[in-house]
Amino acid sequence: MLEIKNLVVQIEDKRILNGLNLTVNNGEVAAIMGPNGSGKSTLSYVIAGKEDYEVLDGEIILDGQNLLEMEPDQRAAAGVFLAFQYPLEIPGVASMTFLKAAMNAQRKSRGQDELSTPDFIKRVNAAAAKLEIPKDMLKRALNVGFSGGEKKRMEILQMALLEPTFCILDETDSGLDIDALRIVSEGVNALRSPDRSFLVITHYQRLLNHIVPDTVHVMSAGRVVKSGGKELALELEANGYADYRESEAA
Amino acid sequence: MPAVQETIDQVRSIDVDQYKYGFETEVEMEKAPKGLSEDVIRFISAKKGEPEWMLAWRLDAYKRWLTMTEPSWARVSYDKIDYNDIYYYAAPKKNPAPKSLDEVDPEILRTYEKLGIPLREQEILAGVEPERRVAVDAVFDSVSVATTFKEELKKAGVIFMPISEAIREYPDLVRQYLGSVVPVTDNFFATLNSAVFTDGSFVYVPPGVRCPMELSTYFRINEKNTGQFERTLIIADKGSYVSYLEGCTAPKRDENQLHAAVVELVALDDAEIKYSTVQNWYPGDAEGRGGIYNFVTKRGDCRGKNSVITWTQVETGSAITWKYPSCILRGDNSRGEFYSIAVSNGMQQVDSGTKMIHLGKNTTSRIISKGIAAGKSENTYRGLVSAHRKASGARNFTNCDSLLIGNQCGAHTVPYIESKNASAVFEHEATTSKISEDQMFYCQQRGLSEEEATALIVNGFVKDVLQQLPMEFAVEAQKLISISLEGSVG
Ligand SMILES: Nc1ncnc2c1ncn2[C@@H]1O[C@H](COP(=O)(O)OP(=O)(O)O)[C@@H](O)[C@H]1O
Ligand SMILES: [Mg+2]
Repeated sequence: MLEIKNLVVQIEDKRILNGLNLTVNNGEVAAIMGPNGSGKSTLSYVIAGKEDYEVLDGEIILDGQNLLEMEPDQRAAAGVFLAFQYPLEIPGVASMTFLKAAMNAQRKSRGQDELSTPDFIKRVNAAAAKLEIPKDMLKRALNVGFSGGEKKRMEILQMALLEPTFCILDETDSGLDIDALRIVSEGVNALRSPDRSFLVITHYQRLLNHIVPDTVHVMSAGRVVKSGGKELALELEANGYADYRESEAA
Repeated sequence: MPAVQETIDQVRSIDVDQYKYGFETEVEMEKAPKGLSEDVIRFISAKKGEPEWMLAWRLDAYKRWLTMTEPSWARVSYDKIDYNDIYYYAAPKKNPAPKSLDEVDPEILRTYEKLGIPLREQEILAGVEPERRVAVDAVFDSVSVATTFKEELKKAGVIFMPISEAIREYPDLVRQYLGSVVPVTDNFFATLNSAVFTDGSFVYVPPGVRCPMELSTYFRINEKNTGQFERTLIIADKGSYVSYLEGCTAPKRDENQLHAAVVELVALDDAEIKYSTVQNWYPGDAEGRGGIYNFVTKRGDCRGKNSVITWTQVETGSAITWKYPSCILRGDNSRGEFYSIAVSNGMQQVDSGTKMIHLGKNTTSRIISKGIAAGKSENTYRGLVSAHRKASGARNFTNCDSLLIGNQCGAHTVPYIESKNASAVFEHEATTSKISEDQMFYCQQRGLSEEEATALIVNGFVKDVLQQLPMEFAVEAQKLISISLEGSVG
């Protein structure tokens, strides 16, 4: 379970999150929607532990652990995974090499043995096949020269292999064509389980037709201003965010 | 946390001194009197049982050296070296010239064991595929203590032995080639080396022979206040091939030690020499105390047509590195290659690069240099590409990339290009980058620690060059790079 209480965050003296509250239960898929600039990516970065963001108040508790006291890699080992809106390129490092390094680093911090190479390759091949990722892509340097869709698929591949308990998808649907959207969504749905929760950040109802959320939260000006069931997303699709922008002024 | 503990932790966390080879071996040594003089040179020559011409050659070099001044153009700074405060010869007292491994001081054998260098052929043979074998010449301070697989190589016609032995056994070959690539008066350090060189390896591969195994030399400086003046000469006769690797380590000491080597390569028609270096001399501590001054002249002469010389270097050690492995592309259609990874951390200073001198027609060269600077180090690439008037069709491609870790280090690129032939085509690319915070965060988000992430990104950065190393050394080099950068982040 993830609990965020009264989170206040600023960057370079600019307040971005203003007392945000959010709870995501185990096994729950929570969607976050909201206008551009409302602080959705900031929220995902702060959960994952990016530097530069100054947390002035509040707490983030994942399964009883205070995330704000942990380094990003410790949070990852504790189960936090962020599928980036803009995945980074790592020149010269084959995707395979990166995957192995990441999996073994997390295993190490959890006190598990390193994966044997055959075991690792078996896992990667199985997961890559499901996401229709060709083998030669795994040999290429991570994200270097990948199309937008390929990068997003690679994020989901990492998510599948690292088996996190709390997954954040930051606009994973942006830049995906219909087929890629289907593949990625199926990949995410396959990972849904009673002890894994998701925070799905998106602008569009479109993604939520594929990844059907349990709850929908509307963010505006650094706060969750309305929460509801999946029908809330449809309502937003029809009416836009206009109603909620007013609450900024309020 | 109490203040004292905090200070200790802090110091520990910035300590770059991760050098794993800094132990010292206790063996009784015989040394020449301290300092440099004609007498000391005579002493060295006598110890080696050299012929008269060799002594004359040394003495001539010494006279010339006395008239020369130390170069100051490199981007490095250090206290003046007192050349009379150095021992120029140090050899194990017990059996300085062992005939077999059984005669080698067990303490020295243990040293190489600790360094992970196999000297016992039987042990190497057990469970190793024939093509994976490596013949080793082990040089301890001023003498070679063991050379493996000599007999087997001899059957193939390959001569691989300490140069001091070659001077006695193959004087004509040595005399013909010694100093023919790096002339006695080439530069201050090369001239010094010519006067006082002690040991190093000699390789001769006869026409048409592909050397049946990797050759390598491991240099170890052990004795205090002792300089190491290695001299290596490799000759690949017509149509032959040889791959050679050198490695080097030294104990941790507070004083600086001098290593002034000369390496000469000669490739005749259609011959190929691959020369790889994994340089891991003691780099000094985090404050810049101690460490090796590595002032080295390495040059290859593509003397014959269609010959190829490839230099690959992984430089992680030494307090100061001053080193420009070069190729003289004399034969028509000859090719020179230089692949370099130079890592500097702490207070290390590196000024390294290459020279590609195009003299023959249709000669080609390729330079790939990857400099990685961390800590408070300074890392300079200095390179010259030149085409002679007659070098029609000369081509060069140069790519110099620098990666900075932290913001207290420096990376510099100093390329010189001289072309006297209008048909020469020289291309030069250079980049300087930093590991971005976003890249770092991305890696950490996947569970990698800051250090693991740095090592991974650095390995990606140097991949093109690592691929040039013989397989078994590439892995070693990769580990070495990670170790050298430990403590560079955080
Ligand atoms: N590094 C930064 N420096 C300054 N302002 C930033 C930075 N990152 C985000 N912001 C600002 O914070 C606000 C929220 O941004 P973001 O979290 O990216 O919103 P969203 O993902 O909802 O579009 C925006 O006004 C944005 O300009
Ligand atoms: Mg965003």
